[in-house]
Amino acid sequence: MVHIFKQLGYNIAMDIESGAIHILEDAAAEVLKLLTPPMVENCPEDVISQLKDKFSEKEITDAYSELYELYKEGMLFTERDYEINIPQEYPIKALCLHIAHDCNLRCKYCFAEGGDYAKGRKIMPFEVAKAAIDFVIEKSGTRRNIEIDFFGGEPLMGYDTVKKTVEYARSIEKEHHKNFRFTLTTNGLLMSEEVMDYLNKEMSNVVLSLDGRKEVNDAVRVGINNTGSYDRIVPKFQEFVKRRGGQNYYIRGTFTSANLDFAEDVKHMKELGFKQTSVEPVVLDPSSPFAIREEHLPAAFAEYDKLTEVMAEYKKNGDFFNFFHFMVDLDQGPCVIKRVKGCGCGGEYVAVTPDGDVFPCHRFAGMEDFKLGTVFGGELKQDIIDKFGESTVLKKKDCEECWAKYFCSGGCPANNYNANGDILKPHKISCELERKRLECAIALKAFEADLQEND
Amino acid sequence: MKLVKTLSKATLKKSACKGGCGECQTSCQSACKTSCTVANQKCENEKQK
Ligand code: SF4
Ligand code: SF4
Ligand code: SF4
Repeated sequence: MVHIFKQLGYNIAMDIESGAIHILEDAAAEVLKLLTPPMVENCPEDVISQLKDKFSEKEITDAYSELYELYKEGMLFTERDYEINIPQEYPIKALCLHIAHDCNLRCKYCFAEGGDYAKGRKIMPFEVAKAAIDFVIEKSGTRRNIEIDFFGGEPLMGYDTVKKTVEYARSIEKEHHKNFRFTLTTNGLLMSEEVMDYLNKEMSNVVLSLDGRKEVNDAVRVGINNTGSYDRIVPKFQEFVKRRGGQNYYIRGTFTSANLDFAEDVKHMKELGFKQTSVEPVVLDPSSPFAIREEHLPAAFAEYDKLTEVMAEYKKNGDFFNFFHFMVDLDQGPCVIKRVKGCGCGGEYVAVTPDGDVFPCHRFAGMEDFKLGTVFGGELKQDIIDKFGESTVLKKKDCEECWAKYFCSGGCPANNYNANGDILKPHKISCELERKRLECAIALKAFEADLQEND
Repeated sequence: MKLVKTLSKATLKKSACKGGCGECQTSCQSACKTSCTVANQKCENEKQK
């Protein structure tokens, strides 16, 4: 399968099965669009005749020869000729700890429904978190790197539990040959200087929620009394990032149908001094006023185009600035097995509620049909684990013919389930946005390569 | 003049034999966690590099 597209002025061809990516001059792009495998040595007459008004015969045949070389080298129209052997064991090695099923904001698009997952407000007691650490040490087998994400609701409402959990995990990691990495997602309201310094010391990544411009943020990220949160959190985030040195963080926002001009929000984040950002589409029931629906796609695509140009400009000026969804690693990215396996939800990755119940991931938390068990011992439900383990992109019918399959791995199973009642059935709108973002991301790589060449 | 420039070579097949060790970060794609496609994850396997 070959996917050809144009972005940022580049014609780009992706050979899906080999992973090769090529940048084409117009003549080569037009030739390639007319080809179907298998390729023969000489350029077919009908290709020449179809293009001879646009390009010289020499250009056409030269382009063809170059494409034919790539074909022979296994970088064009490649078919997969090997097995992707996915390990049958899925040791759990990443936990999402729901420290608080409670929140001090009431964001209007919150999937956790005001932080309590519609199950009542609760902070995770340390005993539960401790049991969760023991649980992941036992379940992770020989895996060394263990990820613990403190999540909520708002995890800083359970700051005491967070601190004790980190201390406990650190006290036993060596004897068990583990390396814990902690991350935390916060709305920032409870960030005192003490909290900031603590997080900077212990967290390998911190995700700071902010939607961008004040009017955009304050329309949805509101307090319990319905007032905006921007003025209360932005100074804290700025101070936090300043104190963080070079360590990882993300300012992350959500865009909804109310701010389809989200490139402005990304630019605003940069103006505020943030360098690592992520603004992602909300996923909601189509009936919600904030939902992104089919009719919003053209505007969202145009905005990604705009953002791609903005990012290219930053790169040209040597401005370090990351937009998470445009990051793609073409050289040392993940192996093909990881690419088809995807998020690892319900396998390597599970979520633990304040009561110690285990669910496939934070988005499934509270859905009783998906409960895997508890962190207090006893068997986990193997049938559910197997179901998630088998749900690779290769098993998803809609993904078979999709050029994005090795980058996307078949979408978010929770979105798929919520939209279509089936973890294997991709959520169409998410797919459209995913493919668009990938095109932008790859075009930016082409741009970077150009910059380097001209240096 | 060259009409085709290769940005990235064929890498997938080669990665299949050493891969799948599971040491890399999990990669949530949902809008609520900041991760998306797997392709922006770093491989943590020394052999892969
Ligand atoms: S660390 Fe590398 S080889 Fe191991 S599963 Fe991740 S991407 Fe594959
Ligand atoms: S974009 Fe959609 S169809 Fe394509 S691989 Fe992802 S989930 Fe599957
Ligand atoms: S199912 Fe979706 S929300 Fe859950 S871990 Fe996977 S990508 Fe993330």
